[in-house]
Amino acid sequence: MAKKESISRTFIVATLLCLVCGVFVAAAAVQLKPLQEANAVMNLQRNVLMAADRFDPSTDVADQWGTVEERYVDLATGRFVDAPEEGYDLDKILKNADQYTVIERSNDAAGIGRRENIVKVYVFNNANGIERIVLPMRGKGLWSTMWGFMALENDFNTVAGFTFYEHGETPGLGGEVDNPRWKAQWPGKTVYDVDGELQLTVTKAGQADSSTGYEIDGLSGATLTTNGIDGTVQYWMGENGYRAFLENLKAGDA
Amino acid sequence: MKSVLTKPIADNNPIALQILGICSALAVTSSLQVAVVMSLAVIVVTGMSNLLVSLLRNQIPNSIRLIVQMTIIASLVIVVDQVLKAYAYEISKQLSVFVGLIITNCIVLGRAEAFAMKNGPKASFVDGIGNGLGYTLILLVVGFFRELLGAGKLFGYTVLPTINEGGWYEPNGLMLLPPSSFFIIGLFIWALRSWKREQIETPDFVIAPNSRTAEG
Repeated sequence: MAKKESISRTFIVATLLCLVCGVFVAAAAVQLKPLQEANAVMNLQRNVLMAADRFDPSTDVADQWGTVEERYVDLATGRFVDAPEEGYDLDKILKNADQYTVIERSNDAAGIGRRENIVKVYVFNNANGIERIVLPMRGKGLWSTMWGFMALENDFNTVAGFTFYEHGETPGLGGEVDNPRWKAQWPGKTVYDVDGELQLTVTKAGQADSSTGYEIDGLSGATLTTNGIDGTVQYWMGENGYRAFLENLKAGDA
Repeated sequence: MKSVLTKPIADNNPIALQILGICSALAVTSSLQVAVVMSLAVIVVTGMSNLLVSLLRNQIPNSIRLIVQMTIIASLVIVVDQVLKAYAYEISKQLSVFVGLIITNCIVLGRAEAFAMKNGPKASFVDGIGNGLGYTLILLVVGFFRELLGAGKLFGYTVLPTINEGGWYEPNGLMLLPPSSFFIIGLFIWALRSWKREQIETPDFVIAPNSRTAEG
């Protein structure tokens, strides 16, 4: 064996170390991947159930998920389409120029830059058809993109629930979007008025007029997060978002 | 051997005396639960990296020793991160990038270079665990005050009911922001050095005699 400080010895040690570490890290990553993916799916499903106010913490998420149907919507036409054959991976879609639409800055209330053409929505069915529908949406808060769901009743105009399942807002201030007391304002609010105009807004903290049925109180001490939530709602419920789809649903023609 | 374990907790605390690993102490202490998980992750990494570096210390060529140490530490951290994502998904979401940043936590590399390169595997392992515990102590103290005063809770359980929840306590928003950790760590070091006076450093600069007003 060469001496400890020789060049060949240095290369041998470096190569062996890289090999051993590489195998070690790769083995851990491959072994744990199925568990991690299962966790991510379960987290998403739990949040869909929570948004639709159908979550029961005492039983297994997979059991409660049983009746929920995943469906796909083309936002341009506002109609259901078949599931994409290659599967649905939002990360890939947002990198493929055929599958997303660039949002003009002046229309980009949510601050997200690009929007997928086909959206995956979650439908809760009962004997009479659709019972509740959960629409994914996202927008920029103060620090982070906030990923959330809005659930609507089957009149497609009344909010059944609203939740963010992933965000990086300041704990205790913007992070209060997770506070059940704040989220409790959403159910029962109305999205569109009788003329079909979008009216639902998130106001500055303490300024919501509860008599209108359209206003959500913002978070105190978190003006920019509040603006981001409002922008998210304005964009996704507006004409570039779900509005055409919801009108089709109301007409029974989606 | 026992002193190797206990010394880093009060006498040679990695944060309070060695002033290492401050950045993650600012970032992950807004609630006790994440602070505990982060501490466990750091204990595992410092212990294992010290053990491995010490086992290899006679084989590592001097010219690439830092790279070798970093490679070992980085591999351990990635594995810890993967394990957390698989078995503690909720908490790993809250810790986000900070587990990955253990790689750059100076405590780990500092102990590998300063202790594990010169001592046997057993002592090195214990030294790593001890330094991890010293880090834990600070994180728990900072996390305790930040969560209690900032959110009125401890480990997620309400202690001081806040006004938002219909109680009486007006939470201190500053406590939820990272800079508050500076104050708490500063006060902690003050308290520690009042108790263990030998930790007080001699000033680098002494006021020159001619700037004092002459007695008279």
